[in-house]
Amino acid sequence: MRALLQPHRLVLIGLALALAVWAAVALRWDWIPRYAALGAEGLWRTTWLLVLSTGIGFALAVPLGLAQAAGPRVLALPARWFCTLIRGTPLLLQIWLIYYGLGSLFPQYPWIRHSDLWPILRQAWPYALLALSLSYAGYEGEVMRGAFRSVPHGQLEAARAYGFSRLAVFRRIWLPQALARVLPTLGGETVLQLKSTPLVATITVIEIYAVASRVRQDTFIIYEPLILLALVYLVFAGLIVLAFRRLERRFARGLG
Amino acid sequence: MLDGLFQAWPGLEASAALLSLSPPGWGANLLRGAANSLIIALGAFGLGCAIGTAGALGKLGGGPVTRDLLAVYTTVVRAVPELILILLLYYAGTDLLNQALGALGYRPVEISGLAAGIGVLGVVQGAYATEVLRGAIQAVPRGQIEAARAYGMNAVQVFRRVTVPAMLPLALPGLSNLWLIATKDTALLAIVGFSELTLETRQAASSTRAYFTFFLAAGALYLIMTLVSARVFGWIEARYRRGHAGARA
Repeated sequence: MRALLQPHRLVLIGLALALAVWAAVALRWDWIPRYAALGAEGLWRTTWLLVLSTGIGFALAVPLGLAQAAGPRVLALPARWFCTLIRGTPLLLQIWLIYYGLGSLFPQYPWIRHSDLWPILRQAWPYALLALSLSYAGYEGEVMRGAFRSVPHGQLEAARAYGFSRLAVFRRIWLPQALARVLPTLGGETVLQLKSTPLVATITVIEIYAVASRVRQDTFIIYEPLILLALVYLVFAGLIVLAFRRLERRFARGLG
Repeated sequence: MLDGLFQAWPGLEASAALLSLSPPGWGANLLRGAANSLIIALGAFGLGCAIGTAGALGKLGGGPVTRDLLAVYTTVVRAVPELILILLLYYAGTDLLNQALGALGYRPVEISGLAAGIGVLGVVQGAYATEVLRGAIQAVPRGQIEAARAYGMNAVQVFRRVTVPAMLPLALPGLSNLWLIATKDTALLAIVGFSELTLETRQAASSTRAYFTFFLAAGALYLIMTLVSARVFGWIEARYRRGHAGARA
């Protein structure tokens, strides 16, 4: 609190407030009630896309990291290629490859259209989720590789000596230790993942960015939706940072 | 040798024809797009490094107001998606420039996609570069800078002769990451309609319906850029580390 009360900060805060008041009065916000419902829907879609893609991506990243850190070459090499491939090409290209590329393959296999999965495959979100998950898996696979390597070997040997099974060593010692070390990195990566979600708007998934674009196209109001959108993402990123800080506090306790 | 391959895999010949450099093929378009991407990435990275150096020095040695404003800049840019920043800066930048020109009595101009792309991505890169360079400068032992001061060098000389060479090995991993981000972020300009690699690819793909061929080809081009630059940065890093015996980060 005291940090905020320095004289120059008070002036800056005053200026920011004045700017906010000016923006509220002078700019056009009358479109908000009309698009509120759509906005809420978009926000919800952004949220679950982020949560599911980080969840699935991380579940893939653990074996990817483990294969690279300790696996046999047969597993380590493909895992490394996958990570290089994902990290070396733009996400937008990956999204378009998966959406348009897979879409262009389906007509060759008529049975897909008659299968029970077709109502789902016809929509855009499965491709968005797949692309986002694979991307997160690629980046985090690399992070987890470093994390698994950074756990001191003595700890694993000690656990083995105590009679832990290999699975128990992994579950009780290796993974928690590795996680505790990379939580700060993962927090940053999750914010980056949040910042990637608007790209799926290009394949007709209506998340919060697509809603703002629609406002811009319908009403020709340029700045207001974009500014509001930037604020939404700022708050979102802030929440992610806070959540990871809490996780860090819980997991860092056992870190010696 | 190619003929044998074509016989074994007929689809390959069609793909090769689509990707050929002469007009019925789209190879030349893709390469032109890749060149555009590379130019924007280079420009944005250069601009980003310039902004980052100024920002890092401002954060470390500036007054309280400068420091707070820089904190706002780096926080906002790193939390808001690049796509939104690109749109905001693109519209606002064109608007402000034209208003300024109008006030001076000039006619409004159309900003070229290239300049806008470089400017916008440069501002984004600048925020990340500020943090990378600040960390690296802070890690330079104070004694070295004090020693340089004691030898009578002025601030500029200290920065050029001592701070920069000492911090570069520490900053290079971060900077090489930034460069990779720059090459990939150029793809975002496809959304505002600038014809770089990704947009050229999409146009080629949608007019020929050969989505897989073109997106995979573009992916390979991006991958080549990334792998080559990773090599180059590794080489530069090895070179600059020579004077740093124990400085392996």
